[in-house]
Amino acid sequence: MTDVASWVLNVTGLTKRYGLGCPRCAESTGPDHGSSQCPFCQTVHACVNAGFTLYQGEVLGIVGESGSGKSTLMQLINLTINPTAGEIWYREPTQDSTAMNLVTMDGFTRRHFRNDRLGIVHQRPELGLNMRFSVGGNVAEKLLLANWRHIGRIRERITELMIQTELPPERIDDDPNTFSGGMLQRVQIAKALSSNPGLLLLDEVTSGLDLSVQARVLDLIRRIQWEQKMTMLLVSHDLGVIKQLARRTIVMKNGFIVESGLTDQILEDPQHPYTQLLVSSAL
Amino acid sequence: MVTSMTTPIVEVRDLNKSFVLHLIDGRTISPVQSMSFTVFPGQHFLIWGRSGVGKTSVLKCIYRTYISTSGSILYHSAHHGVIDMTTIPERVVLQLREQEIGYCSQFLKVLPRVSALDIMTEPLRRMGMDKEQAREQGSAWLTRLRIAPHLWQASPVTFSGGEQQRINLGRAFIGKPRLLLLDEPTASLDSGSKQIVLDLIHDAKAHGTTVVTVSHDIDTLSTLADQQLAL
Repeated sequence: MTDVASWVLNVTGLTKRYGLGCPRCAESTGPDHGSSQCPFCQTVHACVNAGFTLYQGEVLGIVGESGSGKSTLMQLINLTINPTAGEIWYREPTQDSTAMNLVTMDGFTRRHFRNDRLGIVHQRPELGLNMRFSVGGNVAEKLLLANWRHIGRIRERITELMIQTELPPERIDDDPNTFSGGMLQRVQIAKALSSNPGLLLLDEVTSGLDLSVQARVLDLIRRIQWEQKMTMLLVSHDLGVIKQLARRTIVMKNGFIVESGLTDQILEDPQHPYTQLLVSSAL
Repeated sequence: MVTSMTTPIVEVRDLNKSFVLHLIDGRTISPVQSMSFTVFPGQHFLIWGRSGVGKTSVLKCIYRTYISTSGSILYHSAHHGVIDMTTIPERVVLQLREQEIGYCSQFLKVLPRVSALDIMTEPLRRMGMDKEQAREQGSAWLTRLRIAPHLWQASPVTFSGGEQQRINLGRAFIGKPRLLLLDEPTASLDSGSKQIVLDLIHDAKAHGTTVVTVSHDIDTLSTLADQQLAL
């Protein structure tokens, strides 16, 4: 019995503000006011007081319209931007591992942590890949930064990852510009998985792909989740994508988490007016 | 009621469920109003009534797809003691759904790319059964549900309504949950298939599964009901 399944990520009070803020910010921003920007001081409250826990092997969905703060939240957890306030605790999914606060880590540890323990797949491949490197070079970059040193072993690992992500391994040295959109997403997934991360971040990974390609990429992610019991944070504006992969979902609007719950509850019994609008807007 | 002396498995106490429709000027609809009933282990508990009286809503409140407005739903769990399904953490709900409580919706909802056999074996694989054994059991169940073998590799999306419903039911029964919630299990089924449903419920009870069914098809199901609640 895994009664108290171990948590992997515990986020509390996470806040990102662009601007100095003013006394009137709190009363004039947020979902009730339909904006995350303060009309008096122009401060943008991109993510306000976000808190949630992610458990080992779980997929948590984050849904919301553009500007809701879901990508900001993702960037905060990916350590690409620094929070204004709040804590991000991470714990290895092994027993008697100690939790560490990612926010207070020093630069060196942080960089290593990011390359070794986190994997991220962006909506636009050029954000996650260096388009001037070969496909294999892109994956190797992450492995090298995660302290892999043996070139033969690195190539072996890349080949293994390409097979796993349904990419032709003989194209390891090819230019990524010759790859299709769906294939580039798979290269990003291969790169993200390369260091066996404890947490995989997926930011709108299927947006902009055509439907049949979306389905294949989602099937791949589902298979990886199933086989490796990978813990994932999945950001999407598409409830269909969330429904397929996440069993719990967070709904964001204007920088705030307005609702969180079991995905079937969010879809069938949405509580917040915005969630009701979102669910009723499904095609 | 031969089992009335034992400890209950589900106790619904003064349950209310309202929906606030924010998009229609905050209108409130209340399908479940101060409902109370008790289900005992191993029973087949039948809730019946015409459509719109809140049958499905009760079931979804127990499964926590719906958030109950007030009242309590005490579930006597095998692993977690007596818990109130209306308030326990989502984390525990997900564990219960994997280990103890099954739910069969009125319609089959599956991805159009997953084969009938994979749909049947999924609950078993989730419970940790190895692939071969799960496939063996899944095949036996598909045979029992009278799904022709040439359809097993196809997605049920292409199946007839009755075949889909049989897969839907099979998927709920195959994992032998401790408590099984069935929503209109006989809808869209012919008489032969209805018999399959009755057999499934009968066998599940023999395994010790408690079944709570909501249906308007009282003619078919009442013969197998240990206790009935009319709404």
